[in-house]
Amino acid sequence: MTDAAPLLAVRDLNAWYGESHALHGVDLEVFAGETATLLGRNGVGKTTTLRAIIGLIRQRTGQIFFDGKDLMRLPLHRTAQQGIGLVPEERGIFATLTVDENLVLPPIVAEGGMSVEEIFDLFPNLKERRNSPGTRLSGGEQQMLAIARMLRTGVKMLLLDEPTEGLAPVIVQRIGDLLATMKKRGMTILLVEQNFRFASRVTDRFYLMEHGKVVAAFPVGELPDRMTLLHEVLGV
Amino acid sequence: MKCWVYDGAMTMIFGIPVQAFLGQLLVGLINGSFYAMLSLGLAVIFGLLRVINFAHGALYMLGAFIGYLLLTRFGIGYWPALILSPLIVGGFGVVVERLALSRLYDIDPLYGLLFTFGLALVLEGVFRYYYGVSGSPYSVPPLLSGGTNLGFMFLPNYRGWVVVASMIVCFGTWALIEKTRLGSYLRAATENPGLVQAFGVNVPLLLTLTYGLGAALAGLAGVLAAPIYQVSPLMGSDLIIVVFAVVVVGGMGSILGAIVTGYMLGLAEGLTKVFYPEASNLVVFVIMAIVLLVRPAGLFGRDA
Repeated sequence: MTDAAPLLAVRDLNAWYGESHALHGVDLEVFAGETATLLGRNGVGKTTTLRAIIGLIRQRTGQIFFDGKDLMRLPLHRTAQQGIGLVPEERGIFATLTVDENLVLPPIVAEGGMSVEEIFDLFPNLKERRNSPGTRLSGGEQQMLAIARMLRTGVKMLLLDEPTEGLAPVIVQRIGDLLATMKKRGMTILLVEQNFRFASRVTDRFYLMEHGKVVAAFPVGELPDRMTLLHEVLGV
Repeated sequence: MKCWVYDGAMTMIFGIPVQAFLGQLLVGLINGSFYAMLSLGLAVIFGLLRVINFAHGALYMLGAFIGYLLLTRFGIGYWPALILSPLIVGGFGVVVERLALSRLYDIDPLYGLLFTFGLALVLEGVFRYYYGVSGSPYSVPPLLSGGTNLGFMFLPNYRGWVVVASMIVCFGTWALIEKTRLGSYLRAATENPGLVQAFGVNVPLLLTLTYGLGAALAGLAGVLAAPIYQVSPLMGSDLIIVVFAVVVVGGMGSILGAIVTGYMLGLAEGLTKVFYPEASNLVVFVIMAIVLLVRPAGLFGRDA
């Protein structure tokens, strides 16, 4: 933990889907180079939090500062240019684009991203299938592609929504390794996970969500002491 | 079945003189060229904007009229008009999208349809007020006047040019969308505009340019049509109904479907004129009805 200002600071974030009030004042901070994880049951607002931060949900109030800039004022396409990227829960691989086209779709927002060749070195099976339609890939490969394409853009921070959902254990293992590699390269990550055992391998900090707000925040080292709370809130 | 029958000196196909047969096929191909160019623009606009652009026929008419006005008012001929008119119509499309259409995306799609329908009525009304309903002739550019004897038939040069030009335009637009970086943004935004914008692509600008491109395509078709059909305020509304049928048969939003179906239905119309002229205005809609029964998503459409 540093004394510096957090890279991402969210205060009193409220969000609505039409009439339905989904977030009730979320507060969280993620420091540069850190991985933080949002835990919580289905429907408590984890995905909504990520979507409101990136700006896909426009019905929102509160404060979102990224790298000192106020994201609330920016139109959606200017948010990514500040250096923050989303890997959505449904992965967002485009069926009418080839693997190659999917990979280079997000515009480069800053220097320091990986080149296509470096990415293909890291994901050889994407290279083999670079000309197939994106959605012909397996679920695991699609998840790799969804993460890989953000690595090219030079973003400083990734919002990762349940990257392990529905994937085989061996793939989950690989995604864990990938997150570790990204962290080593200095990437800041806000992760949404149901699987806190997976998350505890990569995260520095947990935020526990319930009913559209953060109810507990603690570093990964306190996980053993918090198990009772976790069982209560997650119902596991 | 007897296909080829020698009847004196004249070659016959299915009892029809081959000249007449090929002549109608050519008419069908010419009509198909316009169907293809117009339905292509409609498909691109619908794919990305989810707007059924009822003003498309009016934009085609506007293209033809701008060509006509450039010639009669400013003495600017066909070839410059072929560039200028689509630019002007495209610019008009950009303004319309920015000022009006872009405000309707978040509400019921019916409003986009109603707005473009109203826009078509206004455009047609304005030109009808000033120019009446009777058409004004636009002469074939000197370079393309006359015709070529192909041996089996006589091909007016200008009609040959229209077929070639429309194929170039259709292929060029297809390549722009399927083979370029800009096209990949467009395809991706058609699937999931929010995510593409979250990646940092200026999707609102992409929507504006797409409507401008669709309008420019309609304008270009209008200039190409001016020497063949007369320039008249109603030329667009005559055509647009068939073009909508083409889009439905091809599959809403399918680029390739719109192009192929445009030519196919033009040819089908031409063939019907040979064998059963009474049905030639109907055949497109009969095909549409059959396609809707058998494949509701259209011949090239993806099932939702």
